[in-house]
Amino acid sequence: MSLYNKIIKKSIWVFHASASPCNNCDIEILDLITPGYDIERFGIKLVGSVRHADVLLVTGIVSHKVAPRIKQLYEQAPKPVFVVGIGTCTIGGATFKQSYNRAGAPLDKIIPVNAFIPGCPPKPEAMIDGIVKLLGTLK
Amino acid sequence: MIFKYLFYLLIFPGFLFVSVFGMIVGWVDRKVSARVQFRVGPPFFQNFYDIFKLWGKEVILVKNSPYFIFVIAPIIAFASVLITSTLVGTAFFFNLGIGGDLIFIIYLMIIYSVALILGASSTGNIYSSIGAGREMKLLLSDELAFILVILVPIIHAGYKIDLIQILDYQQVNGMIIGSASGIIAFIVGIICLQAKMAMVPFDIPEAETEIIEGTLIEYSGPLLAFWKLSHFMMYVFMPLLLVILFWGGISFASIGSIIAGVLKYLLIVVIMILIKNTNPRVRIDTAIIFFWKYASPLALIAVILAILGA
Ligand code: SF4
Repeated sequence: MSLYNKIIKKSIWVFHASASPCNNCDIEILDLITPGYDIERFGIKLVGSVRHADVLLVTGIVSHKVAPRIKQLYEQAPKPVFVVGIGTCTIGGATFKQSYNRAGAPLDKIIPVNAFIPGCPPKPEAMIDGIVKLLGTLK
Repeated sequence: MIFKYLFYLLIFPGFLFVSVFGMIVGWVDRKVSARVQFRVGPPFFQNFYDIFKLWGKEVILVKNSPYFIFVIAPIIAFASVLITSTLVGTAFFFNLGIGGDLIFIIYLMIIYSVALILGASSTGNIYSSIGAGREMKLLLSDELAFILVILVPIIHAGYKIDLIQILDYQQVNGMIIGSASGIIAFIVGIICLQAKMAMVPFDIPEAETEIIEGTLIEYSGPLLAFWKLSHFMMYVFMPLLLVILFWGGISFASIGSIIAGVLKYLLIVVIMILIKNTNPRVRIDTAIIFFWKYASPLALIAVILAILGA
């Protein structure tokens, strides 16, 4: 395991990209930084600009309008960057399975995805677990 | 001779000491803020991990923008912060002036802000232009108060603009904070530092939740690391400057006096962190009104008192 991978595990800045969700997953993501869960103790920080991001958290079915923008966001992020799909929406569409406005099903048809965290919405514990598992794959 | 200066600049009290110590103080800031909000807070080495990680990330330059200014701005800012901290540090620890007085320090502090404005406005990003505009307004509002604050110890020391002469004066005549003008200027000085370091309530240019880090929005990788590191270094030299100007620096005569010197520094840092955590962010117009209507006249009163000898 290289030194750099060892360090990047301890300092993960996440960017929250909302790609037409029902907003419930977004609220659960915000729960992560509240005193109850406090992911800052793992060095995880929510950043506002995609240029500072190490992990993109994507929520929602990706609608036709959002798809090019999500691609653009992925290209704008400085590499190495990881993508995590949050919620069943990014995998199977959840409530919006039948929607006419679904560009990519699942999300990894549009951008490369490193991990999916299913749930509608996933519990904050599940998200922490998912991100920790993703970092466990880093060699 | 040249090696001595290089040692001052690069090792102690320059780059190595100030950056390591600054990151530790930055951790104290994050930890205390977390405890105030009933959170656990980051681990001790968090800021070191962050900076190290940024060095390995990609640098993205903005298409159709003057790259040169974009790249050189963080380096200029870092250099000016480094020189300031070396000057302040040698005066504080060795009681030694290595060329450069208060006017020079004021200029270097402005250069940091100017570099931030140039770097932010070179990207053409709308949020970063808003941030640059706000930084400029903040600079205009806090600069007058800050210069007036610095005038007070200068007048007390008999119109000397050298840090060492101000320290010498305080050794003989007692600390400047003991006088009426000194205590007023000291309080205004802490508020000015808050604005100079862009800490809440004056984090208007960076406003994370509002204009998403404003000035730094387009910076990534090592260039961002330079900005973050300069900001951590400010945690060290800004309070030290106040200790030198008003509180008589530190003396290495006995253990007690060393502890007293460290406590002075820590007290200022803790006051700044508590101000940060108990105040909401103000609007830019409120900040200008605050500095021009209340802080600057207060500092002016202190200057007049100092001239009258109080
Ligand atoms: S997964 Fe469920 S909760 Fe999350 S955005 Fe989709 S529908 Fe909403």
